[in-house]
Amino acid sequence: MTQAASSALPLSTRTDPETQPIEAALVGAPNCGKTALFNALTGATQKVGNYSGVTVERKIGVARTPEGRQFSVIDLPGTHSLRARSPDEEVTRDVLLGRRPDERIPDLILAVADATNLRGALRLVNELKSVGLPIVLVLNMIDIARHRGLQIDHLALSQSLGIPVVTATAVRRGGLDALWEVVAPMLEAPLPAAQPATWVAPNSHDLRVAMREADRLVKAHVIQPAIPDTVTARIDRVVLHPIAGPVILLVLLFTMFQAVFTWATPFMDAIDAGFTWLGTLVAQVIPSGLIQSFLTNGVIAGIGSVIVFLPQILFTFLFILLLEDFGYMARAAFLMDRIMGRAGLNGRAFIPLLSSFACAIPGIMAARVIDNRRDRLTTILVAPLMTCSARIPVYTLIIAAFIPKTKVLGGLSLQGLVMFGLYAVGILSVLVVAFCARFFFARTERSAPLMLDLPDYKMPRARNVALGLYQRARVFLRRAGTVIFWSMVAIWVLSTFPQPPEGATGPAINYSFAAMIGKFIAPILHPLGFNWQIAVALVPGMAAREVAVAGLATVYAVSGDGGLIHTLAGQWSLGTALALLAWYIFAPQCISTLAVIRREAGSGKWMWIALIYMFVLAYVAALITYQIAALLGAG
Amino acid sequence: MMASHDTMKAAATAQPLGLCRRGFRGTLVSVSPVATQGGFDPEELERRLLELGFIEGATVQILHEGPFGRDPIAIRVNDTTVALRRHEAMAILAQ
Repeated sequence: MTQAASSALPLSTRTDPETQPIEAALVGAPNCGKTALFNALTGATQKVGNYSGVTVERKIGVARTPEGRQFSVIDLPGTHSLRARSPDEEVTRDVLLGRRPDERIPDLILAVADATNLRGALRLVNELKSVGLPIVLVLNMIDIARHRGLQIDHLALSQSLGIPVVTATAVRRGGLDALWEVVAPMLEAPLPAAQPATWVAPNSHDLRVAMREADRLVKAHVIQPAIPDTVTARIDRVVLHPIAGPVILLVLLFTMFQAVFTWATPFMDAIDAGFTWLGTLVAQVIPSGLIQSFLTNGVIAGIGSVIVFLPQILFTFLFILLLEDFGYMARAAFLMDRIMGRAGLNGRAFIPLLSSFACAIPGIMAARVIDNRRDRLTTILVAPLMTCSARIPVYTLIIAAFIPKTKVLGGLSLQGLVMFGLYAVGILSVLVVAFCARFFFARTERSAPLMLDLPDYKMPRARNVALGLYQRARVFLRRAGTVIFWSMVAIWVLSTFPQPPEGATGPAINYSFAAMIGKFIAPILHPLGFNWQIAVALVPGMAAREVAVAGLATVYAVSGDGGLIHTLAGQWSLGTALALLAWYIFAPQCISTLAVIRREAGSGKWMWIALIYMFVLAYVAALITYQIAALLGAG
Repeated sequence: MMASHDTMKAAATAQPLGLCRRGFRGTLVSVSPVATQGGFDPEELERRLLELGFIEGATVQILHEGPFGRDPIAIRVNDTTVALRRHEAMAILAQ
């Protein structure tokens, strides 16, 4: 890591304020309400992208002073210190120090502090001063601080620090008035020129000095409330209770799954019906032939198969965003750390793995919160083993066809139990694989200890949650959508060409490249009890797991779920069905997940490791399942 | 860090937070990690603990223990709450 080189020439340059609007950078710790302030400043003008070469989210938007002057605001990744530890924090440091050639140095730093917890922010400001840019310290969430009886003399603090200090409540209407009073005039006049950066990474002696200075400032300018706020302590006494805590976590998770699956179903049905209708419409308008087939089977079915998962992903994220805003996620990490630690995972991996129940893609992206490289890679490698929603169509199809609708153990549905079992095996395999993942890493690459802020609880804000959901939906549709779309097109080509000869009797797919590949790999899959039809369906199933269902319907030339269930029940043995379920717990049948692993892990190596280990596990699991079933007479 | 005579004397009666139970309340005497297996090198651990607010003289209190094996622990340090594993909390001496 580059820590010295303070005298190195900046790679990027400051822009001429005459030609380009001023750029202000928001810098602050995670949880200080920085994103809320960014939302309040820029609203719907936000553009979310990536910094080049790294998968760190780049958020920029246009803000307007009450007088109407526009300036751009960049929301730099949250950091406690310029001593960067994660790729996100490195971006913040590098942008501020001009070490990113493609990124301009901001003209102004808006240092955001949680007014209820100033100490850390004051130390960060201390570091930021050595960057050489003009700084305004924003005491955010001032309403909560006042409500608790904290009194901050921000004018005196401003004098001690030698920089302007303003108060703000990003989430309230008019909450930025005090900020504009100071910042708007600054933007009208030319900003002070940047001084050369003198920042060097502080050592432990520097840190002690800086912490003591921050303590001194807090003592001098903040009057603590006579009666300390006890809401957080009281909630924690229940939520972190050794027995009640885990029970509450389980109940929350259970409620979340119920909600995700039941609430999302009507939306998914509607989307499904919409695309079916669209497909029928196109089929009516365009004469049958290659173009019609491409549009209906390739394009419309392809896009539909992606969008149908949007409701589940949004509901999952709704829960995650609410719990995160409330402050519960850090508590969940606290409760789960020991169990996850045994498996070699960090408590922070809990959130990414939870997201992976909806879809591994947002889960893998959420692994960015883990600052240690080894822990992050381990989480990325195991996230696809969590039972994502794309497995559900396959699971429900096979369960409906082969598991009788009987009640066992006093009223529990056997079908439900099998479903639960598939989820449980997924979770178990995550823990086991994470435990084994340590063998992939060099001895020198160590797992990081848990160091976690437990922030005060606060009410989630509807506007922030809505913006968060909107951004996640966009990211999902754009990233996953493009990859799945193109793979669907590729698979359409594979399963359409070459076309069946004149007078052919079987379904067209039987004459295609997909069938050739399927028949080619069929002997390899034979010991698993898979027939060539399954092998053919698994080829398009590489695009996304649920596509295999459509693949099976095409191969068996039946339409509708009911018909397919009936056909499968007649054609497969129980052993084959169970082996296919076992296969689907592990198989990496999702090109977009692999693409995201490649991007997030920063190299193709990890994608190949994931691909190979998951196929090996899938093969072994299906082999064992089928062979045992065959021994018991169900082959 | 160079321990002064005072902190040496105090350290004699101080105990590592990693061994303290829920309800412990005291004053932080020193942050002095020794080489540990896994995790960070001692210097980095010291810097991170300092950044979290673990500094000599701070009031520390163990608020919660993890449900499994009483690990990790939630520590109130001055007016923030931080979760650490006991392993790392061994570097913090308090009395």
